[in-house]
Amino acid sequence: MPIALEVAHLTVAFGKTRVIEDLSFEVEAGSSLAIIGPNGSGKTVLVKALIGSLPFEGAIRWPPGTRIGYVPQKLDIERDLPLTGLDLLRAKARVSGTSGSEVTRVLGLVELGAETAGRPIGTLSGGQFQRLLLGFALMGNPSVLLFDEPTAGVDEPGEEGIYSLFRRLQQEQGLTLLLISHELSLVYRFADKVLCLSRRRAWIGPPLAILTPERLQEAYGTPMKFHVHDDPAG
Amino acid sequence: MTQPADLLLPLATAAAAGLIGSIAVMRRMTLASDALSHIALPGIGIAILLRLNPIVGGLVALLLGTVLVWALEHKTRIPTEAIVGVVFSAALAVGGMLTSGEDLIEALFGAPGRPSRPELLLGLAAAALVIAFAIVAESRLVITLVSPDLARTAGIDVSRLNLLFLLAFAATVALGLRFLGVLLMGSLVIIPASTAKHLARSLHAMRWISVAIAMLSTAVGALVARALHRDAGPIVITIASLIFFASLWTRRGDD
Repeated sequence: MPIALEVAHLTVAFGKTRVIEDLSFEVEAGSSLAIIGPNGSGKTVLVKALIGSLPFEGAIRWPPGTRIGYVPQKLDIERDLPLTGLDLLRAKARVSGTSGSEVTRVLGLVELGAETAGRPIGTLSGGQFQRLLLGFALMGNPSVLLFDEPTAGVDEPGEEGIYSLFRRLQQEQGLTLLLISHELSLVYRFADKVLCLSRRRAWIGPPLAILTPERLQEAYGTPMKFHVHDDPAG
Repeated sequence: MTQPADLLLPLATAAAAGLIGSIAVMRRMTLASDALSHIALPGIGIAILLRLNPIVGGLVALLLGTVLVWALEHKTRIPTEAIVGVVFSAALAVGGMLTSGEDLIEALFGAPGRPSRPELLLGLAAAALVIAFAIVAESRLVITLVSPDLARTAGIDVSRLNLLFLLAFAATVALGLRFLGVLLMGSLVIIPASTAKHLARSLHAMRWISVAIAMLSTAVGALVARALHRDAGPIVITIASLIFFASLWTRRGDD
């Protein structure tokens, strides 16, 4: 399997505080990696370093030609910002040099109606805005999707829907998926590998190996329970 | 006497101000942009002392001040608001020290008189450049104001784009120095765009309402000023402000 991302000896520090220290891992192309860990363990910092918006030491290697679609955790949008969902998607179409029909295509993919997309983005509900951002990320034919808690503020059925959509896109288009999630039961079902960050160290491996009560307790510092909906073998 | 040709540069300036202003207001740079425009003052003061063209002095100060603000923002983690606040106060202090009396009033509120032919041509070229930038870079600017991280992953060089935007902003302020002065030019960038933000519900509407109000205020203001034999600057901004207050009575569909 070709490698979609290689991280070697990554250290990210704010002043003297090292949030991430000497972290190394690889992600295979077409696989999905879930990043979990307690608050303050550096999940968002890792993602920001991966997209180049934080300075770091060590190496982050994306193969040449990698196109990243990124969905941020939460954006602070003014309610009366005169900018509609369509405005935002059209802007992305122009920047990425794709045609206007791409806008219609991604709206269909993320199941967002044209009427909703035509409203100012500050007036959209959490779930609608998240779908819009997902559509934004999917434009321009990305090879990697990077999500920071993609379903924050989305109700449970909506959450299931978004994860199923990820799965479908990944299988249809061979995308590599990296996502931060707190939904351990969903991680269990959808991720090929799990990267668990804690303030002291990091573990990476298949969900079955990482999502054990002992490991989670060590990472989170408190007993963790999560609910497995399906038989993990199935 | 004002002739139709005399309105050419003020109207081109107003169009540039409307476009740059609509991005500045959406970026929540309202106060910062007003303060930024005052950076012209020490340049005007130095130019008057050296018997140079004050507009050129203002332009140079604006461009240097802009690069300074950008570099401080880029190299330190101090918020832009704080940087602009400090640079602005320093500029006002130095400018006040260097300029005095009649010159200071003219620098602040605009000077009567017609631009020379080279100044006119240079001004029109600069206005065209700012307008072209605002149109070409609009998509990138819009994505960046929603989220710099989204912009980065869309392949946008955010730092370079911010510098270009600030330079376009500085050029826009410099364009209005003769006609409106340091204090009032900042207002022509901010007031029409703030009115547009209140009225508009899409990018398209925001952009064109802002440009229309800036140009309308400028044209009507210049004509009223001629009829009353007054300086145009304060009248232009009074009209723009009246339109802003009138717009507050207009309710948007969803409120």
